[in-house]
This record gives sequence, structure tokens and C-alpha cells, in this order.
Amino acid sequence: MGLFKKAPKNLPEYWLKYETLFKDSQSKNIDDLIFVVLDTETTGFSFEDDRVLSIGAVKIKKETISVQEVFDIYLEQEKFNKDTVHVHGLLKNGQRECISEILALEKFLDYVGNAIIVAHHAGFDMGMLNTALIRHGLPKLKNTVLDTSVIYKKTLIKSYLVQPKPSYTLDELAEKFSISKKDRHTALGDAYITAVAFLKIISRLKEKKNFSLKSLIR
Amino acid sequence: MKNLISERVADFIKNYPPFNVLDGKSLFQLAEQVLIVYKEKNSIIFSVDESQHSHFYLVHKGAVTLNNPATSNILDFCDEGDIFGLRPLFANENYKLEARAHEESILYGIPIDIFRPIAKQNEEVTVFLMESFASNTRNPYAKNQKGQLYESEGEETASSEVIIPDLQLASYSKKLVTCSTRTTIQKAAEIMTKRQIGSILVIRKYLPVGIITDKDFRNKVISGKQPITATVKSIMTTPVITYPKNLTITQAQMAMMKSNISHLVITEDGTPNSAALGILSKHDVMVSLGDNPAVLVKAIKRTSKIKKIKQLRKSVMVLLTGYLEQNIPLGLIAKIISELNDTCIKQVVEISIAKMDSPPPAKFAWLALGSQGRSEQLLHTDQDNALVFEDVPEEDLPKTTTYFLDLAKHITKGLNTIGYEYCPADMMASNPKWCLSLQEWKNKLSYWISNPGPNEVLMSSIFFDYSLAYGERSLLDNMSEHIFRTVEKYPIFLVHLANGALQSPSPTGFFRQFVVEQDGQHKDSFDLKSRALRPLIDAARVLILSHSVKAISNTWERYEKLAEIEPNNQELYLACSYATKALLKFRTRQGLANHDSGRFIQLDQLTKQEKMKLKRTFKAIKEIQELITLRFKVTNILG
Repeated sequence: MGLFKKAPKNLPEYWLKYETLFKDSQSKNIDDLIFVVLDTETTGFSFEDDRVLSIGAVKIKKETISVQEVFDIYLEQEKFNKDTVHVHGLLKNGQRECISEILALEKFLDYVGNAIIVAHHAGFDMGMLNTALIRHGLPKLKNTVLDTSVIYKKTLIKSYLVQPKPSYTLDELAEKFSISKKDRHTALGDAYITAVAFLKIISRLKEKKNFSLKSLIR
Repeated sequence: MKNLISERVADFIKNYPPFNVLDGKSLFQLAEQVLIVYKEKNSIIFSVDESQHSHFYLVHKGAVTLNNPATSNILDFCDEGDIFGLRPLFANENYKLEARAHEESILYGIPIDIFRPIAKQNEEVTVFLMESFASNTRNPYAKNQKGQLYESEGEETASSEVIIPDLQLASYSKKLVTCSTRTTIQKAAEIMTKRQIGSILVIRKYLPVGIITDKDFRNKVISGKQPITATVKSIMTTPVITYPKNLTITQAQMAMMKSNISHLVITEDGTPNSAALGILSKHDVMVSLGDNPAVLVKAIKRTSKIKKIKQLRKSVMVLLTGYLEQNIPLGLIAKIISELNDTCIKQVVEISIAKMDSPPPAKFAWLALGSQGRSEQLLHTDQDNALVFEDVPEEDLPKTTTYFLDLAKHITKGLNTIGYEYCPADMMASNPKWCLSLQEWKNKLSYWISNPGPNEVLMSSIFFDYSLAYGERSLLDNMSEHIFRTVEKYPIFLVHLANGALQSPSPTGFFRQFVVEQDGQHKDSFDLKSRALRPLIDAARVLILSHSVKAISNTWERYEKLAEIEPNNQELYLACSYATKALLKFRTRQGLANHDSGRFIQLDQLTKQEKMKLKRTFKAIKEIQELITLRFKVTNILG
């Protein structure tokens, strides 16, 4: 990414607005914080070659999700990888109303603000979003990120007999926490499942010694 | 904005009254404005005198209790699909009760501003709300606490908290099983056997004309008065005693006593001239009262739905609370409650087997481990279990293992549904390491016993307290046999086990003060489980194993047995037996009072007397630990 090492000039208004939100430090109390739990559906697994098809996100404030405040956006595609269509069921220019990538990013920045981002296997979603931002000459996201696939492991008791798996899928989490897998493989559906799992993980972790948000961030 | 989440919400709420009568448009209008609220177990949703929220609540997952904190009475118990917190919004007053998450719950907050106009427009919704405020038939906890819907109607709402158990409505079975007057006796008996019921209603032209109970078969058929080929008309009790619905339990009891009968027929208008709606049996009355373990066992065995078992387990908790209040000896309480818990588990296993595509390919046993295995589990705790199946030819092993793992997944899920949390260390039969054939278990046990590191000792200590929850006892006996043979070969194992038993932290410090937790959520509370109960449990286990006593897994029974075997230490062992029971009772009381596992005790909430009582048990702990140190020469191996 040598091209973008220099701070890009002429950043658009919406980015500057997003950026200023990070000037004040956030509260340490978990109940005061806002979490945006997100999931992206993509054409594939390559940051460079594949594109985001849709972004779904829900906002958690004080352990509450408002149905009105969900984020559900579908992106226009120039590139189309037909292999992944059967997984997500999102056809290019299907019945959904689609918007351009740059408009989707603008809306997303406005939605996410300085909230803490939560995602399952967050590295992938963040990678896809950041690559898209860079493609449009914007810097990477500045939010703190939590990965449910990582923090879930902290709820498990380590014993010699049961080694935690290196990683847990969203399906496994849904099963462990008895969350209905309805709408699985849609961005918003997965974001909702992740959000409920996240709330349940946090409530279990609160019981442990030395719990703090900081301890969750690697 | 209509989206997947609002569709999901609408999909759920449309199944429950009053939302079930709404049209699609109103439903979506509501669903789009819903808040999805997550509540940890025991957290408060609203408290008494709190001002109104802008939402009322529908339980999506979990359960919520409505309490009167002043009297610590649970006045209502809301399950999935139940609404609460609505009356104050209509009456325009502060909350009169406290709502608390009884389990980890997800609630839908439904905005009153959107709901109110819909409710006023829709007559059916209004009627439903009126009825639900005026009466409540859901469960035995609900006493008469419901007020009226609209304040403007001038109804008295202030008296809504008077508790009159007599006004509790009797719930009757609505699934009517009937036959006609021309049915043969044999056929009627077949129907009753198939449906597992004790009575059948005889119908003519849609009207109830008679009833046959098990007693009629004994008195009138088996005694030879009627052949089994005769029609039921010849043996039925007629006419039937009919009542309208909304009969209270007391009324039902009176009616049964008056006519000396055990079944009432509920009809539309309360006379035999209208169609029957259901049957109310003595059994139903007993279940509603929830004070009889035998009735509960019968009710559990009859259910084919796991969710129903969850309901019945609530009655078990009522029973437990009552027993503790009446100061019934803990040994007896533990026996009854364990028996009920075992029955629940057995029923879950049976329902799960029925869900599988084929019957089990081999004999198997479902083992309860840990506190459940010791019959010391009074409160709901984590599930610890394992599965063993008989040895099969090697080529069949993979597919047999797959079958039982699948079954175990169904069972652990069912147990989770009825209230057993998943084991955080994954020590459950759904884990491939805990679902093995007899030979595989033997290999594993041999390994633990012959290579006793700290982990192996921990594993085996869980495993030496087990009991059969379901299935083949011979498999379990075979494993026990193997354990004792192997322990005899590796006596050093006992020393390690003894060492493990001494690892629990001490309950009191140098000045005989309680040692409290230093950090974490339970800072400054006393850890009753690891500091007091565990040392006693661990000590009993190693001592009983050293005497090769089989088939006793309960801690106080182990001590009683030890007192028998070693008369010179009788006094200490009996003191330990007493201490275990006293501590467990203490823990159970604490757990019920605080609705948690009772493990952590807030010392400042104890009376002086209670503290003394606790400290007395510590003397026994200290002495038994000294005995173990000396007997197994534990210090020698540690050097």
C-alpha cells in the first residue's frame, strides 16, 4: 500500500466528521458504550479481488437493540463471482435496491460513528471494508474492534481434557447459546445472531475476575 | 423501515395474544418499532415505583418474574410469549411490582404509543387485555394480582395485591379423549392405554353422558360383572358432574369431595346439555397445588414435550422451598428432589430417543456426574454427564459412536431447555471425549489412574461420583468394577487423590475469621462451595475408595458408611456427615433466596447464629483433612 502512506489530502466532509468523533476518549463503563455489530456478505475471500455485496449491522446500547436502528445496505456490483451466489442468495441487481460502494461507505461511516465494532471473524469484515475505503482514497476505520470468535473462547474453562478449538464458527456459537439460525447467511441476519451471542458472552465474562473491556481487546 | 429483523420480530409476536388477532399491517407497524432487550439472569427490568417506560414487554426467550419485594412474593411468572408491564401504562401510574429476569432473557419492548391506538381500534385486543388483567390462569404462582385495564372505567385497582390463593383457577386438560356409548369396553381400554390416561369421556350426540375411569374396569369388568365385549354404556358412571370453566381449585376440590368423585367435566355452559371442553381430574388439582412429589413424577412421565418438563421443574422448586421452610431433614429432601430430577432427565432421554430416526443400535447408559451423581443437587446447576455404550464389533464402532453422539446432542440440548446450563468445561456426553464405548472408557480410566497428574486426579474425581441416570446398569457396574481393580494395582493413585482433597483453600484465616474472596464479581463474599463443601466431598471420596466401597456416591452416606467401617473414628465421620448436610442446606437456602447457585455467601447478610453454625462445620473440615494427611502420608510425595 505504498501509495497511501502519505496522509491523503482533500478528505470529504463526511470523513472529517467521522474522524472528529474520535477526539474525545470513550467512557470506561460498558453500559455507556455503543456497539455496532456488523457482518458483510462478499463475492469471495480475497480483499483485493472480491467486493462487498451487502453490509448488515445492529446497534447495541445498554444491552438493547432497536429494530428501527438497524443498518441494511446492498451494493451495486461491477464484478460478479457467481460461485458465492448460492451461499448468500444475493443476485447481482436482484430485487434489492442497491447503492454505489462509495455511498454505502459514507452511510456506514455515519452509522458506525465512534462505536465499538463487533463482528464474528472480524478480521475479514474489517479487511473488506478497509480495502474498499482505501480504494476510494480514504483512510482505514478508526474504531476499536472486538471479535466474537476470539472473546467467546474466554468464556470457556480451560482444562487438560478439553482444549478449546482454535476458532468457533457462528453456527457453533448460535448452537451453544440457543439462538435461532433463521436468516443465516444474510448480512443483517448474521449480524443479529452475532449481536445476541455477543451480549451473552459479555454477561458470562462479567462474572469472571478482572473483567474489563480492555482485557477483550487484543 | 421493514427489514429482516422486524420480520423476525413480527414472525414471533404474531403467535401470541393479543398480537395474534392483528392484521399484517399493524403487526409490521409494531415490529418495526420494537426494542430487543437483553437481560442477564437476576437483573431488574423495572422496580417498584419506577416511572413508566415507553414500552411494555413480551418475553421472547427466557423467563421473567413479577415480584413484590416487600413480601418477597412471586406474583406472576412470565414465560416465552407472555406480556408484562402493560397495566401501569394503561392505568397511567408507576410500576407496582418489580420485574426481574428469572433466567437470561431476551425481551421485546413494544412501544405503547404505537400499541395503544391499535388496541383501542381492535375490539378483540381490548377484550383479551381486559380478561388478562382481570384474571390469570397461567400458573400456580399467579395469585390474584391483576387489576383492570382502563382507569377511566372507575374500577378499584388499589386492592390488586391482596393474595387470595383460593381464587387461583384450576387448569384442566383440554385434550379430550372420548368414545361413544357403543364403543366396546376392550376398545375403550385400548384407547386409554395408548393415550396413557386414567379416564375417558363417553359422548352421545356431542354431549357428555358418562365417564369411565380405571376404577370402573376393576370394579365392573375384571370382577366379572361385564365381559370386555360389552359396550361402555354398561360400566360408565352416569350422569357426569359438570361445571363451567373458570372453576377455582378450591371449588373443584369441594365438588370432588361432595360427590366423592375424581373427575369433573368442564362444559361450555356448565351443564350436561352443552359440549364438553375438558376434564378436570383430582390429578390436575394436585399438580396445580404442586405439593406432592408422586403427582409430579407422574406428570413428568406423562409429558412428551420438553418445554412442559421445564414448567414442572418450577413446581419442584416450590416443593423444595416448602420442605426447607418446614425444616424436613436434608437427607430426605435430597432424596426426593434427586428422584424428581432423575425423572426429568429420564424423560428427556426418552423424548430424545423418540426423536432419533432409529432405536439405539446398542445398549447404553447415561451417567450423571458431579453433584447430580452424588444426589446432592438441589438447585439447578450445570450439567455434567457422560454416555457409555456396550462394546460393538470394531467395524461398527464409528457409526455407533456417531449415533450416540447425535443422541447426546439432543439430550444435552433438552436438558439445557429444562434449565441445566451447559457445562462451561464441556464435560458433557455431547463431547466426543465423553461419549465412548465400554472398552474406550476402561482405557481412559486406566490411564487416569496409572498416570495421576493433577489433571488426571481432577478428571477422575469428577468421574468417581457418578450414578446411572438412564439405561443399562450392567455397563456402569462393569466400569466401577474396573476402577476398583485398577486402583488396587496402583495404590499411589489414592495418595494423589488425597493430595487433591487437601488443595481446597482454607475456610478461616489465622484469627478464625472467614476468608473472603479478594477480587472479581464475588469480592468480599465467602465461597461456600470451594472452601467448605468441596473439602468434605473430596475427603469422603478418597476414603471410601480406599475401602473399596462401591455404589455409594452420596457424600453423607459415604461418611455414615465410613463410621460403620472404622468405629474408632466414628465421631469424626458422623460430624462430617452432619456438616455436609448442614452446609448443603445452607447453600440451598441461600441459592433459593438469591436465585443463584448459592455458592457465594454475603457474610454481612448472615445472623450471628448462622455464622456460628457455619464455623462449627469448619472444625470437622480441619480434622478430616488432618486424618487424610496422616493416613495417606501425603507430605512424603510432595517433597
